[in-house]
Amino acid sequence: MAPADTVLVIACGAIAHELVAVIRANDWQHCKVQCLPAVLHNYPQRIPAAVRAKIHSARRRYRRVFVAYADCGTGGLLDEVLEEEGVQRLPGAHCYEFFAGTQTFRALSHEEPGTFYLTDFLARHFERVIVKTFRLDEHPELLEMLFGNYRRVVYLAQTESPELTALARAAAQTLRLQFERRFTGYGELTAQLVSFAKQSASTEQVTQWQN
Amino acid sequence: MTDEVDTQDEDEIDLASLSTDELVEQMHDDLYDGLKDEIVEGTQILLDRGWDPSQVLNDALVEGMRIVGIDFRDGILFVPEVLLAANAMKGGMVILRPLLAETGAQTIGKAVIGTVKGDIHDIGKNLVGMMWEGAGFEVIDIGINNPVENYLAAIEEHQPDIVGMSALLTTTMPYMKVVIDTLVEQGIRDDYLVLVGGAPLNEEFGKAVGADAYCRDAAVAVETAKSLIAAKRAAA
Repeated sequence: MAPADTVLVIACGAIAHELVAVIRANDWQHCKVQCLPAVLHNYPQRIPAAVRAKIHSARRRYRRVFVAYADCGTGGLLDEVLEEEGVQRLPGAHCYEFFAGTQTFRALSHEEPGTFYLTDFLARHFERVIVKTFRLDEHPELLEMLFGNYRRVVYLAQTESPELTALARAAAQTLRLQFERRFTGYGELTAQLVSFAKQSASTEQVTQWQN
Repeated sequence: MTDEVDTQDEDEIDLASLSTDELVEQMHDDLYDGLKDEIVEGTQILLDRGWDPSQVLNDALVEGMRIVGIDFRDGILFVPEVLLAANAMKGGMVILRPLLAETGAQTIGKAVIGTVKGDIHDIGKNLVGMMWEGAGFEVIDIGINNPVENYLAAIEEHQPDIVGMSALLTTTMPYMKVVIDTLVEQGIRDDYLVLVGGAPLNEEFGKAVGADAYCRDAAVAVETAKSLIAAKRAAA
């Protein structure tokens, strides 16, 4: 059982590594992370209900909850859930957006709408999350149907890792697309978490004063 | 080695040996499993047995895809399986399309369909286009990443009954309103039925942008297109 003064970040499994890194770097010992399966990335219609269930179970144990998802293809349905539950989320349409920064992401999408984005997570787990999930290994003919309109892969790198860069480049080759790497670091993720941590701290003070 | 070959042979079904009812049922299964070669063969067998091309299309292919659509909606099948099924149906359509054109069957309506500006995703659009075609619509597919000018040009050239717009991205779906607002500005909005669809959309969004209907999936798009056209013609 978590202590009553801890706060919870409900996160997409695809950004778990980065979240934990930010929390450790800031020594936020009152901040815990629980992740939903990263594969929901491919089934966004399931995200709102999964997040709601996690919020409900967290309410009994945590003082405050934050959701580390963007809209993630839910078309506003995640926002409806979060509004009903009174919980905030990360800004933007996708994790690509808060890693790259809104302006850069929009510029990239405008420059080439046929851009397939990779993050550290997707580069590392490309085989499982993309190749296996979309059965590209069993049915190579699906490659053209699924990725025929894409022109390039842009790898939004959270870390300086030659190993991940090589994996991302190999992923682009698998998809038969041009490859480009952009180092983003954690982008807007850090600032958003700092903001949440500050809000949580101020709420704690108000609660103590009221008591 | 011989045993293995024998086992494989035993697993294969000789489509030509099936009764017509069994064959149609088998084709539904083969569509579900995305077996293109089997669908091509089954289509040809039904034609050779004297079936009308439109009957082959409706009873074997469209009905098979309808089942695929239901299981996709219910989360039993996913995008790869639907794409393989659609690819199999395309194999049958290659044979049927010229025959259907020869019979000169009147289409039940004309539709222009495309993915909106900034969006290159076309799986949903292609499925809807294929199912509309299967249902007897003439479909003009204007492709992906379409600015409003492309819709206007296609509308002017083809004078469709329906304008269909698709988007997969939360960031691109608002462009549907740009297209509809332009139709309103030009005073031609009510000349066409505007249907919208795409994974992040919902009914509320369809209403908000001024579409006639939001279509959750390809099967709904067919039923919606048919019923709205019938209602519009009845009211005329």
